[in-house]
Amino acid sequence: MKTKINVNGTMKIFEVKPDDYLLDTLKNSGYVSVRRGCDTTSCGVCTVLLDGDPIASCSYLSCRADGHNVTTVEGIPEEAALIADFFGYEGADQCGYCNPSMALTLYAMKRELKNPSDDEIRTYLVGNLCRCSGYVAQHRAIRAYLEVE
Amino acid sequence: MKYVNKIRPSVDGKGLMMGKPGYTDDLAETNSLIVRVLRSPHPYAKILKINKEKAEKLDGVECVLTHKDFKRIPMTRAGQGYPEPSPHDKFILDDHVRHIGDEVAAVAAADRETADKALALLEVEYEVLEPILDFENAYESKIIIHPEPEIHEMFPIGFKPKKNVAAAYMMNVGDVSKTLAECDVVIEESFYTQAQAHVMMEPHTANARVDFQGRLVIYSSTQTPFHVRRILSQAMEYPLSKIRVIKPRIGGGYGGKQCLHGEFLVAAVTLRTGKPSKIVYTRKEVFESTFSRHPMRFDIKLGAMKDGTLKGIDVEVLSDTGAYGEHALTVFMVAGSKVFPLYNKVDSVRFGGKVVYTNHTPAGAFRGYGAIQGNYALESAVDMLCEKLGIDPIEFRNKNMIKEGETSPIFAIMGEGTEGTAMNMESCKLEYCVKRGTELIGWNEKYPKKVMADGKIRSVGMAIAMQGSGIPYIDMGSAMIKLNDDGFFNLMVGATELGQGSDTILGQIAAESLGVDPDKVIIYSSDSDLTPFDTGAYASSTTYVSGNAVKRTADKMREMIIEEGAKALGTPISETDFDGSSIESNGKKITLSELSNRLYYSENQKQLVAVESYVGTKSPPPFMAGFVEIEVDPGTGKIELIDYAAVVDCGTTINPALARVQVEGGLVQGIGMAIYEDVVYSSSGGLITNNMMNYRIPTRKEITNMHVEFADSFEPSGPYGAKSVGEIGIDTPPAAIANAIYNAVGVRIQELPITPEKVLMGIIKQKDKE
Repeated sequence: MKTKINVNGTMKIFEVKPDDYLLDTLKNSGYVSVRRGCDTTSCGVCTVLLDGDPIASCSYLSCRADGHNVTTVEGIPEEAALIADFFGYEGADQCGYCNPSMALTLYAMKRELKNPSDDEIRTYLVGNLCRCSGYVAQHRAIRAYLEVE
Repeated sequence: MKYVNKIRPSVDGKGLMMGKPGYTDDLAETNSLIVRVLRSPHPYAKILKINKEKAEKLDGVECVLTHKDFKRIPMTRAGQGYPEPSPHDKFILDDHVRHIGDEVAAVAAADRETADKALALLEVEYEVLEPILDFENAYESKIIIHPEPEIHEMFPIGFKPKKNVAAAYMMNVGDVSKTLAECDVVIEESFYTQAQAHVMMEPHTANARVDFQGRLVIYSSTQTPFHVRRILSQAMEYPLSKIRVIKPRIGGGYGGKQCLHGEFLVAAVTLRTGKPSKIVYTRKEVFESTFSRHPMRFDIKLGAMKDGTLKGIDVEVLSDTGAYGEHALTVFMVAGSKVFPLYNKVDSVRFGGKVVYTNHTPAGAFRGYGAIQGNYALESAVDMLCEKLGIDPIEFRNKNMIKEGETSPIFAIMGEGTEGTAMNMESCKLEYCVKRGTELIGWNEKYPKKVMADGKIRSVGMAIAMQGSGIPYIDMGSAMIKLNDDGFFNLMVGATELGQGSDTILGQIAAESLGVDPDKVIIYSSDSDLTPFDTGAYASSTTYVSGNAVKRTADKMREMIIEEGAKALGTPISETDFDGSSIESNGKKITLSELSNRLYYSENQKQLVAVESYVGTKSPPPFMAGFVEIEVDPGTGKIELIDYAAVVDCGTTINPALARVQVEGGLVQGIGMAIYEDVVYSSSGGLITNNMMNYRIPTRKEITNMHVEFADSFEPSGPYGAKSVGEIGIDTPPAAIANAIYNAVGVRIQELPITPEKVLMGIIKQKDKE
């Protein structure tokens, strides 16, 4: 079936099957920054923004995205570069596999939460697992990023 | 120092965050055949027959492989140097399956859906065999897991497959029975550790193609590209010279990607079909069909005098290697060799035991590599001994632990699979680490516990640890530096970046020696055709071994620049110097950019390339002290982590931010092993914790507070004084948290993980006793 999705500001038409997930549709169309991690909606590395909200693309049917806006990290290059500066300073970027999804979730959080507490930040990001960093370096980087107007 | 011991962002972090393709699967050919594996539903079975006709006839299926398609060549997937200290007890595909998830057959098809349909069409007849599911019943069981005649050890490792023994070892210093008999106080305790899973975010993946030169090119998410090339060649009898292995960016490894997993099958499919192919493990396959940590039982005796002098350590270990013996001996030995030298003043030590096969998911390399298991047993037992002696655990450690300038006889006796290497601790700031750790956690105010207003109990606990820096006389790192026109450099290393920041810190080391900004050193790593050899990223070797190789190479390039500069200026070499931007002598000057343009375009044309390598002659241990503060709810047994303070001696930190996160990340994996990561098998041998819903790694909600600091330390044999830092962080949490639990509620947990259920049951038992 034909599905129209606006990806990063460009209207695209995808030929999808009813049981195709958005992760596969995007990956197979060259959006390699959307990554597969767990198959059970547990790890968050497949995160994309659907009309600005973070969703796990591994469990979101592609046909449901018909008529919606999808943002991958390629759609927010300036913000991702800025976040990368703060992660880089803390040594928090590590293997980087989950970082496009971190950038997208952080980008959404910054727009959704005003002056979030440490606990609110952790709750918002709890679905973005990281096995490398131990989280506290990420948290230091996120705190610094949120200071930027 | 200008560029070393300085924070710099990693060379790849920004590009990867922005979504640039870099990982193995990003670089697969878009028309790759999809390789899927039929996996055993039985923990132990003989394959009587596989009918692949229907699968082969399915439209879109290009290749179906069973054990009959491979010559029977025993090998090990361990990803170690050659000859390996692991038994050659595995075949690419075999007529026996030895754990649930073991490979039965492989299918390559145009797409995933077709491949999965083909798997369902494979008709397999099994003779189901009785498995061994309890490692304590494996030794000399009537069930033999490896009866096949071709398997063998490469050199004596105690391999006795007829007894289900993959490896065995025994060492003695002094007469431990005699020592213990003369001690005032002896404790005898047992401890169990579980089969922790790595849970790197990127699942194992590999892809293959035959390129325009007819070379078999493998992209693999591996920590050991050069070992992958060698093992592939040996296991497939395919010329090593026709294989190129490229390690792109890696989405985490922690030891889990030292070993080979998908490489054999994609290579076989591509060689048979001539078409590119790829395999991406599902998360279930990562859990069930790669490796986990070796579960172990420690039976430990410690003997001391009333004055708190530790006199003897006697340890018997039983380790469970699962279905195959990868890393069986070496992980087992590290449980002794990188743990017991901590208490070097004892009269005698005995360390021995065996590693047995079971029909569980195989065990392999995992950060800590035996040391975390041994540390949990020893550092728990030390606190138990202190209580019996009535001595403060910090005072006891200060009195008995290893100090700078000292040694332990264990270093000379135990290596990794072979004899060890004697060494003195030229850098060991353990005393400072303990002292500073007590300050950071507030030990004197908080030890042992404080009951809060709501009835919860806050307590502290601690442990000390050591690791190593590579494997002496075996691990080799090498580097090549090429000067380019306009005066910038390429640094080529075999060392394997897997997210730990190896490319970044090796670039900093080169920049420091050359005196040039690190931006002028462009690094490429881990391409078996283009970069020089390196054993790979394991055994905490990169900073120390590969770092030393890079420093030597950069020092040599510096000399070459001075020599060519002197020629250009017409001055004696001895009176010529290079400050990173210009070559100067007696008032004459040529910039590096001018010199290199001259070298490549105008006069005395010549390419400058420096190559050096390094093999360690010792393995200077990083040390640390770990202190935890927890809160226990005595009504539920729930444990909350309040703070973790870690003070680490890894010599000079090449990049303090990256070093710190190595420790923080290690700590959280250790905390996971200590209190969250339970491994549960069903009674029929199935792994219940085979997905990320059932297997719980720590999230950012639990890990809110950590204080990591580094001791001011300098290792004379390391590059700019550095030792390695990749593993040390993981070692202390299990013992430190177990000790804190005891300090809080008087319950001693001797089997990991420390779950609320175990704590609560302990509290209830105690009340019953009272």
